[in-house]
Amino acid sequence: MSADLLAIVLTAKLAAASTLILLLIGTPLAWWLARARSPLRPIVAAVVALPLVLPPAVLGFYLLVMLGPRGPLGQLTQALGLGLLPFTFGGVLVGSVIYSLPFVVQPLQQAFRALGDGPLEAAATLRASPWDAFFSVALPLARPGFISAAVLGFAHTVGEFGVVLMIGGNIPGRTQVLSMAIYNHVEALEYANAHALAAGLLVFSFLILLLLQRQGWKDGP
Amino acid sequence: MSIQARFFLQRPGFALDVDLVLPGTGVSALFGPSGCGKTTLLRCLAGLTRATQGDLLVHDQVWQNATQFLPVHQRPLGYVFQDANLFPHLSVRANLLYGQQRVAPGLRRVPWDKTLALLGIAPLLERMPQSLSGGERQRVAIARALLSSPRLLLMDEPLAALDQARKAELLPFLERLREDLEIPVVYVSHAPDEVARLADHIVFMEAGHSVAAGPLAQTLARLDLPIALGEDAGVVLHAVVAQRDTAWHLARVDFQGGSLWVRDAGHAVGERVRVRILARDVSIATQEVRGSSVQNCLPAHVEEFAPESHPALSLVRLNLGGTPLLARLTRRSVATLELSHGKPVWALVKAAALLG
Repeated sequence: MSADLLAIVLTAKLAAASTLILLLIGTPLAWWLARARSPLRPIVAAVVALPLVLPPAVLGFYLLVMLGPRGPLGQLTQALGLGLLPFTFGGVLVGSVIYSLPFVVQPLQQAFRALGDGPLEAAATLRASPWDAFFSVALPLARPGFISAAVLGFAHTVGEFGVVLMIGGNIPGRTQVLSMAIYNHVEALEYANAHALAAGLLVFSFLILLLLQRQGWKDGP
Repeated sequence: MSIQARFFLQRPGFALDVDLVLPGTGVSALFGPSGCGKTTLLRCLAGLTRATQGDLLVHDQVWQNATQFLPVHQRPLGYVFQDANLFPHLSVRANLLYGQQRVAPGLRRVPWDKTLALLGIAPLLERMPQSLSGGERQRVAIARALLSSPRLLLMDEPLAALDQARKAELLPFLERLREDLEIPVVYVSHAPDEVARLADHIVFMEAGHSVAAGPLAQTLARLDLPIALGEDAGVVLHAVVAQRDTAWHLARVDFQGGSLWVRDAGHAVGERVRVRILARDVSIATQEVRGSSVQNCLPAHVEEFAPESHPALSLVRLNLGGTPLLARLTRRSVATLELSHGKPVWALVKAAALLG
């Protein structure tokens, strides 16, 4: 398989796995942020939003330190028998999840907040337990939020560069993602190859945003 | 079989502090101005709002006390919200099934077909909530609550969000509900006409407190409360249609202590009805009046007086052979007619409304 194809497959795998993990972590987190009245709420919200403003290199650097052999997380993963994560697919996955977290949590949080108390109170008076009400009422009503969250999380992971470079290196087939393959082509002055990948990514991103627009239009304001 | 409720709840600028016993049958109205805590009390009964201190006993089952708090979804209640609050992602049928399916089959006491017929919603089953009118939505919400076979039905101003025409459309359904079901209802309202038509028992609320409570007819005739009602002060009589005069479109209704001619509203002879008589529509004469346009002239005794909000006015309670009647007079009339306790008089009823 050519290096480009490897990079495309790896990127798709990474984005799919990140999105899945992000939805699993992001849903309870967004629910808590949307509905809890804890004094911790603004702090947690700020931490979740941090990757929006932080340079990816900073995030990648700290992750590298934390996950490294002397970092606390690195010692934890070694103790758990997972080995060291930097420069592996697992490490890149951890970085991607953290990097794209706000892109998944924020649409979900908005969707959950827009629900209000009404539907959940109605469900409770109709004998639905809180879990039952969450699955039978909150999830279906927040569906547009889930679609936005998944699409944004996926697309954002596909386009990442700095975090992956820091924590993953640039190892073909293991941690070399699309944006890195483009970077390599440009470095090697292979503009035609860079064009092919870059144009593909551009069209992909455009189609994703088009999809989101149509979704928004269909569900109405 | 009754509902015993004691709640204390402190909020900025408001405190709910009530201690009530409501009957285990019929419609109990929580009546009072906006902001008096009616809805908060209803939410405390449901468990949607948790009172700081509360004791709630419903049909001898503890719903709340110092150590226990039964979560809302474990309480066998039905709740009708002011704005219907249907699930927008579910059809009318799925909305109705939502509560019913969550009750064990052996405990489903409210039949599907009967409920649909009672509320006239069978034709709406496949529709989505967004396509329903306000009145239809509220009927579906009531049916949805009923189909969860509640032991207590809580209704938060189900008519408040509707215009006059929709209210008139929904009221007969609510009346049928009262007659056909054996589920006690607690009904929040600030509209005296709704309460007069629907309630059997009334709780007057003011600033987070219950200021009076009791059976509707007796409680409305209390002189210390109607001041709060202002122009709406008046009594409700329980009567039976005794005769219909088709030529003049009038009906005679009999009640304990007398009878009245009222506008015929299409009720059959023998039907039980309510008659609402406002205090401002009753005058008093010391002799039987002849040659007057007022058709209803009834012998009565003066019982009690109370000052009205305006210093010129006085509220008088009369006794018509056991049935109380309120009259609003000027204080000068009270003086010139020399009205005093026990004095025999004639009550002139200028208008009386026949309610369902």
